[in-house]
Amino acid sequence: MQRLGKNTIKFNHPPSVIGFASIASKKESEGPMAQYIDILSKDPMFGQQTWEKAESQMQRDVALKALEKAKLSPGNIDCLFAGDLLNQCIGSHYGLLELGIPFMGLYSACATMAESLISAAVFVESKAADHAMAVTSSHFCSAEKQYRFPLEYGGQRTPTSQWTVTGAGAAILGHGDVPPFVKAMTIGTIKDKGIKDVNNMGAAMAPAAALTIGQYFEDTVTNEDNFDLIVTGDLAHVGSQLLYELMEQDRYDLRGKHADCGMLIYDRETQDVCAGGSGCGCAATVLCSYILNSMKSGKLNEVLFVATGALMSPTSLQQKQNIPGIAHLIHLSTRKE
Amino acid sequence: MSDITNNDYDILVKKQSPTTKSYKTIPLAFITGGLICALGQAFINFYLSMGVNKDTAFTAASITLILLATLATGLNFYDNIAKFGGAGTLVPITGFANAITAPALEFKSEGYILGLGAKLFAIAGPVIVYGIASGILYGLAAYVLKL
Repeated sequence: MQRLGKNTIKFNHPPSVIGFASIASKKESEGPMAQYIDILSKDPMFGQQTWEKAESQMQRDVALKALEKAKLSPGNIDCLFAGDLLNQCIGSHYGLLELGIPFMGLYSACATMAESLISAAVFVESKAADHAMAVTSSHFCSAEKQYRFPLEYGGQRTPTSQWTVTGAGAAILGHGDVPPFVKAMTIGTIKDKGIKDVNNMGAAMAPAAALTIGQYFEDTVTNEDNFDLIVTGDLAHVGSQLLYELMEQDRYDLRGKHADCGMLIYDRETQDVCAGGSGCGCAATVLCSYILNSMKSGKLNEVLFVATGALMSPTSLQQKQNIPGIAHLIHLSTRKE
Repeated sequence: MSDITNNDYDILVKKQSPTTKSYKTIPLAFITGGLICALGQAFINFYLSMGVNKDTAFTAASITLILLATLATGLNFYDNIAKFGGAGTLVPITGFANAITAPALEFKSEGYILGLGAKLFAIAGPVIVYGIASGILYGLAAYVLKL
């Protein structure tokens, strides 16, 4: 590993993504990503009795699927990094309990998939682990219950609001020459631009995404032309437009190169999701389905994966605090050197 | 890197954020709310035709609407009517019934005491608290002013 510029870290022996899997539920199965997702359950309870247990079941299923695809067993994984949106990360803790893998729980709101991948990559590159796994999930119903209103409460959504994805992704990193590789990363800084509207999370996260992407370009002396795709986690429609405007101030034009997982996973025209998808399962599911599959098949070669998180809690909102954002970036490439 | 001020960003956010289409939502709320009230009136007329007195007919109509709204919430379709009707389903007594039933369903998984019992008034609680408080104030004022 070596540091580049202010906040970027480049891997000298880029860890390889040796296995990955994704899982999602009914609404996602009706969206454009369905064909790439490994496990689609029509039952949002995933055979469990509560929403929280359903989310844990998703984590367990997706982790086992990733292991199966990588032809590994839990005993082969030296360290597991996982997180979700539930208080005290119970989605991950109960979900991954029975795997018996050394475990570290993470929270970075909806940026958790990038945070867990970054942690796994550092462990593999530094040889602290031969194989490390990153798992992240969110569940629409458990998130609504914790952050918003009960499911059956009759209310209308504001047009800027987003729909929490019921889904999870898992990726296993190891040494080797099988693409794609994790080549570099930029750890995001917390950014507060005074947004208080919890129904406009894209606006809360866009400045953090712009900051991290701009920092990566500056540190590595690159720009959008060096990449096939710059994919953000869950800025959705409003946040994506704001990202373009913010990046334009530094003369970067992301419009032709950018996609957002929150806009990829649902069809905004027909699926009634307002601005698009959100939740840490959003970035995790799209990364571990469409993006990594496209890199495997060679359709995409140089990808910046920028997971974005809004760092509020129901308590901080009630105390009228601003909603700060964070964005972590990973440079994925099909070329090792 | 350039850093936009919070004020400038706020202006940018307002420009990019779509607003509620009130030309659509207000008439829909009016129609839905009106239909619920018409249904209430139909129940009042029905109970009156059964020969009960006016006060009892009014109370029985309210109770019937509460029952229907609670049932619709439990059968998972009240929220669909609300998505269509907005404030039209919120303002009548049916909205209140929904606001009590929805948390009851949601938090049953945490048990009947600390889940359902404690969270039952999570949404409707403030309405009850401030409704009773303003009732007391009004009563006191009426008593003092001998209205």
